[in-house]
Formats: sequence, C-alpha cells, structure tokens
Amino acid sequence: MANSPILLREQRYHQIKAVLARLRLDSSARLVVLVDKDGQQIAAHGEVGELDTTSLASLVAGNVAATGGMAKLIGEREFPTLSHEGERESIHISVISRILLVVVFDDRSSLGLVKLRSKQVSQELAAAFAEIERESELSATDGSLPFGEITDEEIDSLFSPTIN
Amino acid sequence: MTFINYASREINCKIVYYGPGLCGKTTNLQHIYDSTAPQAKGKLISLATETDRTLFFDFMPLELGTVRGFKTRFHLYTVPGQVFYEASRKLILKGVDGVVFVADSQEERMDANIEAVYNLEENLRSYGYELMKLPYVLQLNKRDLPNVVPTSDLTAELQRKGEPIVEAVASTGVGVFDTLKAVAKQVLTELRKS
Repeated sequence: MANSPILLREQRYHQIKAVLARLRLDSSARLVVLVDKDGQQIAAHGEVGELDTTSLASLVAGNVAATGGMAKLIGEREFPTLSHEGERESIHISVISRILLVVVFDDRSSLGLVKLRSKQVSQELAAAFAEIERESELSATDGSLPFGEITDEEIDSLFSPTIN
Repeated sequence: MTFINYASREINCKIVYYGPGLCGKTTNLQHIYDSTAPQAKGKLISLATETDRTLFFDFMPLELGTVRGFKTRFHLYTVPGQVFYEASRKLILKGVDGVVFVADSQEERMDANIEAVYNLEENLRSYGYELMKLPYVLQLNKRDLPNVVPTSDLTAELQRKGEPIVEAVASTGVGVFDTLKAVAKQVLTELRKS
C-alpha cells in the first residue's frame, strides 16, 4: 500500500461535523464539505439535496491539484484558497494542510463572509485532522484494524451482486 | 490512500487506470459504468476534450458489497494518456491504492506501452510510491484486433513483478471485470496486511 489507511473514528467524525455545522450557520452557507486532497469526502453538512457530493469531492481535489501544479510552475508553494463565483451559486475552497474545506453558498451569504468564517475554523480542523492521522498511524501499527481477518471468499463475494 | 470511515461504515479506495493514449482506459470505465447496477454506482465524470480525448481524468465511484460491516467503495480514475498531458497525468496518481496498466496490444503501440510503463514508475516514485509494492494489474487490451503482438511477447516486455495479466477487449467488456476484480482483491489484501 502506498500509505497506511486513514481511519475516521465516530467521535472525530462528530467533532468535525459540529465544526462544519457551526461554519455553515456562521457563514449562512448552503453546504459545507470536508474533502481530503486525494478526493475522498470526509464529512458534509447542509443542504445536500440532489447534489452529488462524491463527484464534487473528486472534482474539488482535481481542481486543487491542478491549481497547485500551476502555483509550483510560477514559484509558489500552493494557492491556499480558491473561489468560483457563479450567477447564483458559488464555491469557496480552503486548503488546510492535506484537507480541503469546501463551502457552497448563494446570495444569502457573500464571499467575504465565507472567507472570514472559513479562516476562523481552519486551525480547529487542522488540529482535528492531525489527531486523525496520529490515531490512524497508531491503529495501523497496533493491529486494531477491523480487516485483518478478511478471507479470500469474502473478497470474492463482493463482486457478485454488483454486476448487471 | 484508503479511507476508513467508522461513522458511515465505509472503506474508500482509489484505483487508477494508466496507459498510453487510446489504449482503452476510458472504455474500461465506460463498460463498468454501463454494466453495473444503478444503486452500486455514482455518476461517471469525464473531463474530456471536444474530441472526447481525456483532458484531465474520468471518475466513477463504485460500491461493491459489504465486508465485515463496512461498505467497500472504489473510486475509479483514468489518466489522460497523451504524452503532453504529463503534468495532469501525474496529479491523478496522488493517494492511489491500486493501479491497472492498460496496454494496447497492437504492434505499432509497443513503444508507447513501454514508454508509459516507465512513465508510471517514474511518476509513482515522485510521490514516494514503488510500483513493486503497489497492488497492480496488467491488462492486455484490444486482443480482437488483427495486428496484435503475442501475449508472451507483451508479457516479456511489460510485466514488472509477476502481476496478474488479463487479456481484454474493453469495447465489448471482455476481461474488464476480471481486471477490476484482480486489482480490488490486491487492495483489500493489502488492507488485511496493514
């Protein structure tokens, strides 16, 4: 494996969800999503509705990776925030170490407010994620992962119901 | 990087389809998308040029069943195969859990295959990953065409570490799920080891 797996325990998940809920309220946003730089969604809070947050997570990560590549080309380490303003809906992305904080908002809010409130929770989220990484490393070394006993039959059986 | 969420009881893994231009990476994903039950898949996102060549990546999430109470979800990505998209191709490999190398079996694409395998190894190394340690499958695609190189020659040139080799015709679906299964199995087996 390229790296040890990231484990998100329930307690941390709820801690992160609470931060996202607060941010959503304070910034009058429609939706707040936390994504890792590899494109995996960590948590979301707000009006998800029909929005495909899995695709959103992967596209946000691709977007940040591409602009990060551009930053390096011009001699910057990375661009810490990205904003995309639409006619009705807009997206603001903050790069917080290896996680991406995504705020989707409409005219009930403003870019300035979203930027300010996102910045205010950045440190808290960075600290929570540092803890998640630490716990993940510990679990990988102490053998407490739940998959140590997976059998070949269980892996094989995963495929049968999926295909039409 | 595998992401295990205890709150939603999900395991998420990232698989990347790599290979030279027009080898059939997107066709693999398209077949998986078309043949999968609606409840098991998300949208197929294609960031392509106006002539349908992959510009950045294709992406589809695929949910395979439950193991030990955890839903297993594979995030399938392709890279742009064309040589000049090197910068964006490299970005997609970040955090990869398993790689499928799709080789074009046609004689005239042999050099492109070899170049792409070297390019894969080099790009993985730039992130600190070793192909030798990564779940990996070699798919020999387009076996239905008249001008194909014998599988023994392709194997001799392209196989890196005794990885599983799957003969395929992605356009009709032959070998597509065998390939996916072979790489998914290795990814989950790695999880067992860690």
